[in-house]
Amino acid sequence: MADASYDVIVVGGGNAALNAAMAAKHDAQRVLLLERAPQWIRGGNSRHTRDIRAAHDGIPLVTTGVHPEEELLEDLLRVGGGRANMDMARLVCRESKTLFQWMTDHGVRWQPALKGTLHLSRTNLFFLGGGKALVNTYYDTAQRMGVEVRYEASVEGILLDGKRVEGVVVEQGGRRETLRARAVVLASGGFEANIPWLKEYWGEAAENYVIRGTPYNDGRVLRMMLDAGAEQVGDPRGFHGVALDGRAPKFDGGIVTRLDSVPFGVAVNKHGERFYDEGEDFWPKRYAIWGGLIGRQPDQIAYSIFDSRMLDKFITSLFRPFEAPTIAELATKLGLEPAAVARTVETVATFNAHTCRDKAFNPAELDGCATTDLQPPKSNWAIPIEVPPFYGYPLRTGVTFTYMGLMVDELTRVQMKHAGAMENLYAAGEIMSGNILSSGYLAGFGLTIGTVFGRIAGREAATHGRR
Amino acid sequence: MAAAETPLRAAGIPDNAIWQLEVCNACRYCEGYCAVFPALERRRVFNRADLDYLANLCFDCRHCYYACMFAPPHEYAVNLPQMLAAVRRETYAQYALPAMFTKVVARNGRLLGLLAAAIAVLFVLAIAATGDPARLFTVTAQQGPGAFYGVIPYTVMFLPALIISVVGMAVMVAGGINFWRRTRGSLRDFLAPGAILTAAGDALGLRYQMGGGAGGCPYPGERASFARWAFHHLVFWGFLSAFLATCIAYVNEHFLGHIAPFPLLSPPVIFGTLGGVAMVVGTVGLIALKRRSDRAPADGRTIEMDYVFLVLLCVVNLTGLALLVLRATPAMGSLLVLHLATVLTLYFAMPYSKFVHFVYRYAALVQDRLEERRGLLPR
Repeated sequence: MADASYDVIVVGGGNAALNAAMAAKHDAQRVLLLERAPQWIRGGNSRHTRDIRAAHDGIPLVTTGVHPEEELLEDLLRVGGGRANMDMARLVCRESKTLFQWMTDHGVRWQPALKGTLHLSRTNLFFLGGGKALVNTYYDTAQRMGVEVRYEASVEGILLDGKRVEGVVVEQGGRRETLRARAVVLASGGFEANIPWLKEYWGEAAENYVIRGTPYNDGRVLRMMLDAGAEQVGDPRGFHGVALDGRAPKFDGGIVTRLDSVPFGVAVNKHGERFYDEGEDFWPKRYAIWGGLIGRQPDQIAYSIFDSRMLDKFITSLFRPFEAPTIAELATKLGLEPAAVARTVETVATFNAHTCRDKAFNPAELDGCATTDLQPPKSNWAIPIEVPPFYGYPLRTGVTFTYMGLMVDELTRVQMKHAGAMENLYAAGEIMSGNILSSGYLAGFGLTIGTVFGRIAGREAATHGRR
Repeated sequence: MAAAETPLRAAGIPDNAIWQLEVCNACRYCEGYCAVFPALERRRVFNRADLDYLANLCFDCRHCYYACMFAPPHEYAVNLPQMLAAVRRETYAQYALPAMFTKVVARNGRLLGLLAAAIAVLFVLAIAATGDPARLFTVTAQQGPGAFYGVIPYTVMFLPALIISVVGMAVMVAGGINFWRRTRGSLRDFLAPGAILTAAGDALGLRYQMGGGAGGCPYPGERASFARWAFHHLVFWGFLSAFLATCIAYVNEHFLGHIAPFPLLSPPVIFGTLGGVAMVVGTVGLIALKRRSDRAPADGRTIEMDYVFLVLLCVVNLTGLALLVLRATPAMGSLLVLHLATVLTLYFAMPYSKFVHFVYRYAALVQDRLEERRGLLPR
């Protein structure tokens, strides 16, 4: 029962989907975007973004310098550990140079590079108001252009016929409907909000993960495609995970749950033991490995403990820290078992006895103020935790996104295991980001991938795909 | 899980308000929109004085509401424009003398209407007590210089207005001083010419109703526009123009010997008319926008307060313009009484109504510029 017919249907409602829909609308008449979430929480994880990484020749007011394409490519290859698809990596870096103009043309407003974000203000473009403002702008622009948008529209089936897609089955308000399309773009995100799926790789530990973004990224479209024989790309166990406040909500806690306190004290597990060098490097370079580190501790929990001198050294989180006049009382307040409380007191005392003696504490640099004869060591900022009151935060693993996705070619056509490239089925955004990044991350690069490949997918779907 | 006391459910001012500010300070995505966020980022903990300061620094542009991924129905329920509006409304009462007047007057259009009626009756009684009451309705006495005073004696017209407006201004100045002392501290701090000037620029240009480059503010709906900014400018500059007309009229009467009514092409009438028309257009425009405005980021009691003030200001100007148009007809006497009654009501309501917002807004803008220039926080 063919109920309606479109030139292009875009599955998903975040940055990649919106860019695909806008790009498609430039060349096609009837473009439909299917967002599974309700309107208030539309936009997937794009609503939690802040800035986009893009090569550029210097943009007055918006950036503080130039960011050559070659530099971006080098950065990308370095964080990816050399496993990236070189052609795709080159493509995204080259195309990124056009993003500022494209985004501006589609309504995005920019924030002057002034303060707060200095370490990124050369390489990354900050849009005014952050990701939800970006998403609002794109929905507004897309709808003004004539893109149809449906909310709470869940894609439950993809109609494949050999190397072509015929349409999708969508469920909305309890009603199922078949929508025909000449081309389809899949931009429905990863599967990080699907705890049972994560458990396939991580076991029960996944129950203790906190999902930083949208609860709607359950990967059902990805699963449908993999089941239908699509070629998979990226490590299924791969995810971007950070340390965050253990009191964060299970889903959608957002940026305000991240915790930057770890380098300023010690971190212990539920037994009161330290487990990793808290001062290995600057926190922005280390926070993403701490997601994994905490995930490997018993019950996937840890505790950051520091003293009153450190309270103003980092940006606050959503919740205030626990506070107590002694380490023992603090550990009790944090919820540790009595034996672990005693062990925490010993751990801190041992740490204090091995702290740095010959160098000055300086949070602005790698001060080399390191522990001596301590395992694990703390390589920088290792001064005693001794000035009460003492403070602590519970830490959990916060999952940002997953890497595993659909293999695509340079035109973003979905690759099937036995049939090669689909003729009119495309993928963009997190669902295919594993083609470019399969580990590591560059701040703001998820949007780069989504915008570059969303645009390519939309354009291809509207021009070649619909023939 | 540790027995964490998540403050998500904290309610009321200031607990919930301060918690919202802490969420904002952990996020900072909105820092490009206005002065509130950079000011917030200069702090780490917030007390009630910080709250009063930040609330009055807010121009209610609402960008931060629509840009907030934690706005209701998200469980954090961050709604800064609504929360800050409620705090602002409380500051208007808290710093006025006597404080209860604001609570009684600000949202009470009926009371102000009764007050205007009572004042009109008093004028009529004064007219009756000072001569032939029929002059209120006769056209013969109503032409040429001194015509207004032929209906209402000069002292009856002038003295009450002078007293009420001087008291009103004193109340507002005292409120401003109270506010400054509490949110900033030393009065000497205020006397920084650079900050005073740049803050004046911020205030006169309505800088933070422009959305930091986002094309105005999302008002009345989600799409940004300059409509509110433009209407507010009409009201403000219209008010200034009418105020200037009053000053010129005073000089004319007291030093130059010209007596009202003035010719149509005299400065008082020109400035008064321009100001009156601008204020009528501005207030009607603001009322129309407000009626269509999104209630989600709004504070209900603040809206009532806004309406009362806008309607009062609009009525004052309508009666003034009507008096100008009909000043050579038998309606002049009645319109004069009506206009004076509404003007006195406005004067009385000034320090206890939305009118007072410019005092605290300007003080907050000066403090913002001080903090920005010197990196100096109060206390």
